Amino acid sequence: MQWETVIGLEVHVQLATRSKIFSGASTAFGAEPNTQACAVDLGLPGVLPVLNEQAVAMAVQFGLAVHADIPEVSVFDRKNYFYPDLPKGYQTSQMYHPIVGAGDVEITLDDESTKRIRIHHAHLEEDAGKSLHEDFHGMTGIDLNRAGTPLLEIVSEPDMRSAKEAAAYLKAIHSIVTYLGISDGNMAEGSMRCDVNVSVRPKGQEAFGTRAEIKNVNSFRFVERAIAFEVERQIELIEDGGKVVQETRLFDPERDETRSMRTKEEANDYRYFPCPDLLPVVLDQAYLDHLRSQLPELPADKRARFQAELGLSAYDAHVLSASREMAEFFEEVQQVCGDAKQAANWVQGELSGALNRENLSIQNSPVSARQLGELINRVLDDTINGKAAKQVFQALWNGQGDSADAVIDAKGLKQVTDTGAIEVMIDQVIAESPAQVAQYRDSEPDKRGKMIGYFVGQVMKASRGTANPQQVNGLLKEKLDALL
Amino acid sequence: MHDKTVTQLAAALKSGELSSRELTSHFLQRIEKADGTLNSFITVTAEQALNQAEAADNARAAGKAGKLTGIPFALKDIFCTQGIKTSCGSKMLDNFIAPYSATVVEKLNAAGTISLGKTNMDEFAMGSSNESSYFGAVKNPWDLTAVPGGSSGGSAAAVAAGLVPAAMGTDTGGSIRQPAAFCGITGLKPTYGRVSRYGIIAYASSLDQAGPMAKSAEDCAHLLNVIAGHDVRDSTSVSRGVPDYTETLNAPLSGLKIGLPKEYFGDGLDADVEKAVLEAVKVYESLGATVREVSLPHTHYAIPAYYVIAPAEASSNLSRYDGVRFGHRCDAPADLIDLYTRSRAEGFGDEVKRRILIGTHTLSEGFFDAYYTKAQKVRRLIRQDFLDAFEDVDVLMGPASPTPAFDLGAKKDPVSMYLQDIYTIAVNLAGIPGISVPAGFSNGRPVGLQILGTHFAEAQLLNVAHQFQQATDWHLQRPAFAEEIA
Repeated sequence: MQWETVIGLEVHVQLATRSKIFSGASTAFGAEPNTQACAVDLGLPGVLPVLNEQAVAMAVQFGLAVHADIPEVSVFDRKNYFYPDLPKGYQTSQMYHPIVGAGDVEITLDDESTKRIRIHHAHLEEDAGKSLHEDFHGMTGIDLNRAGTPLLEIVSEPDMRSAKEAAAYLKAIHSIVTYLGISDGNMAEGSMRCDVNVSVRPKGQEAFGTRAEIKNVNSFRFVERAIAFEVERQIELIEDGGKVVQETRLFDPERDETRSMRTKEEANDYRYFPCPDLLPVVLDQAYLDHLRSQLPELPADKRARFQAELGLSAYDAHVLSASREMAEFFEEVQQVCGDAKQAANWVQGELSGALNRENLSIQNSPVSARQLGELINRVLDDTINGKAAKQVFQALWNGQGDSADAVIDAKGLKQVTDTGAIEVMIDQVIAESPAQVAQYRDSEPDKRGKMIGYFVGQVMKASRGTANPQQVNGLLKEKLDALL
Repeated sequence: MHDKTVTQLAAALKSGELSSRELTSHFLQRIEKADGTLNSFITVTAEQALNQAEAADNARAAGKAGKLTGIPFALKDIFCTQGIKTSCGSKMLDNFIAPYSATVVEKLNAAGTISLGKTNMDEFAMGSSNESSYFGAVKNPWDLTAVPGGSSGGSAAAVAAGLVPAAMGTDTGGSIRQPAAFCGITGLKPTYGRVSRYGIIAYASSLDQAGPMAKSAEDCAHLLNVIAGHDVRDSTSVSRGVPDYTETLNAPLSGLKIGLPKEYFGDGLDADVEKAVLEAVKVYESLGATVREVSLPHTHYAIPAYYVIAPAEASSNLSRYDGVRFGHRCDAPADLIDLYTRSRAEGFGDEVKRRILIGTHTLSEGFFDAYYTKAQKVRRLIRQDFLDAFEDVDVLMGPASPTPAFDLGAKKDPVSMYLQDIYTIAVNLAGIPGISVPAGFSNGRPVGLQILGTHFAEAQLLNVAHQFQQATDWHLQRPAFAEEIA
């Protein structure tokens, strides 16, 4: 039987506010346990939450970026359950009236085709603390630094049909939140994590199969792997005559499998009700207009503009708009050199290669966008040739000079375009290579073109790479053919 | 000294006739002598009080005294006080010392008042007799076999017995007004949002409100001046100017339109109480007020709605008492579930457990709409009843409680206890202010007249109550117990 996979994602994004969603404590990552938890985060008796306006603004910006309805009124609810890292015994969340309504996101697949994934809603909530099970000799440690960190939970419709689509969706969300600057998107530190709802159904069937929810998957790769495992598990189960049960599962990246955590019967009754300590959030049109006017150009718009205005290919436009930092770097290079194609080639080629080798992000590139743009300019105006340009890039990367021009001067890489000077070098090479000249002469005319490469190489070597290769080529051909 | 009002004591401090240190020592001695009998305090902070008194006297000498500088008072043990135990009347918090103070406490400190200690109360403010306190029942100074009312029973008894000139209480369903009535003092529940809830241990967050309990409406006005106002730490506190509540106390009442809700004079109302209330209304007529009957048609739904909403909020508010971070923790828990169940089973009393169970049930899947959603609809209707009534009249009057103080141990059935709050509970559901003033006696036990106004009508309520106290002397009556403390 042919099976179809149906996937929906709940993505939890930690918002990059300075303080927590309901208290003044800092949200910085990595502090000593329990040093960033105030009385409100600890759930001490009598303390009250006060909503962080910045978290509201960030959630609304996300909503605007995914073309969502922003309801005038949203309400915080309490989700009640007992857990040691949940200090109040409830999580303040939004169940019935979320801050962001229905919207959609465009994803780009490997073949550069695009697909719209609908967003059901997104709501604000507070993160819980962390339970630490290691290092406590059979006891559990509680770190409440994370408690109260603002989260935006983005809930998709079950619109994805493969692990690849799910990963592409997650990347699109990542791209949007980092473009907006509302999250650092750091998955390793838990700034973005997701719950994956997976079910399978016979191809052509309309009704959904029973789904399993895989909790807390925290990398693009794990999302794909968890889904791949889960789909296979469900199909095997059904084909063996079994039934998928609705349950919560955990992905174990070390064993590359998902394991049952709890079934629906064991699920909590969260007893949601409106939080009486917080007023409903009321947003007026002027506020929305103000936030809309602050929105940066978003990835999808950038991609479209890169294609339409800069003439980039769909692939280049997609890669260069994937992150805001990459896009901004590329655009600066392009503005300095005025050649989008060259800028795209350099950023995706030489620069990305070097960054990957040294595991650096583009924000930390030793070569600035201006430096790279000026370097490209020197290629475009024939000051240096392509080979010398790579040397200049490497020198700039290593900090040997402040600008392309400085490196070119210091290393004497300026291209030799003086015909006389090139002719002198050619004559010398021909004089020193009698055997090769004889071979050239004796070859069939259609093979000679290939043989000329040897002479070009020798002339370039003699010029220490500075001779203009086109000129060398032309002059060599003339002189060699004159010997025939 | 002990039978003087805050207003009188403030004048004596100002004239130099008294020092705060003398005043504070005097009341501390009275607590020392009498509270073994009354049990109105859970914690007495004598040393801190004397230090504060000295600072107040110094401030006065330096010309930096405010109106209430040097005045002693007491706090219901529901207000968090930095460095001093705040038990909320529960074993659960018998070891809890907050690292912060409630906004009300900070404001009282800033005004230079002297806190003598923390008063007894029903556990987590759940009760109408003060009998649910982990620290034992409180006795009514008018009759030591009677309850003082609840949940602010300790505050009411302490003021009535002259152990403090005034005290702070909280009122979720009548917890200021009913004990004020039972103990023959004046107690004001302000409009929801008028006083910050920050640092007040939550029972039912959408209903809880702090207010003053004192010997007169004038005293309550002075105290409300100090504690009212917006607080950035409480999102439900209202950003609205605070008038000087003492300024309008003497406004004449001629033309005042009084409504008597017919639902407040029906079955179950004690005849003596009814008589006292109607006598009080006659006093108002003599002061120029007009009286008419009004109807609050949804009154009889108030108790059922309250006992859905308040326990629902309480079940969630009290989830934090899990033995993990603070409060009572059971010995040697076997595992997490054992830690939770035994810590909570041992730490909470019966009434608290009962309300947690009710609240957990009403919020459960499949019951939520039938209970909670419905109760919220009823709540809106009740609020509308009041708003409609205030279209026609300025204030409403009726009894604060259907009976005078009942005997200790008399109410064994929880529902009969809940029915005690029949005239007070709707006021919390509507969020409006209410005040109880002494209006007579029944077999030697005080009777309270309740006066209700529309949202933020505290100044009017205090004016109406004060004019009554200018025309009558019920509020000047003192129990024999108070006079016998040497």
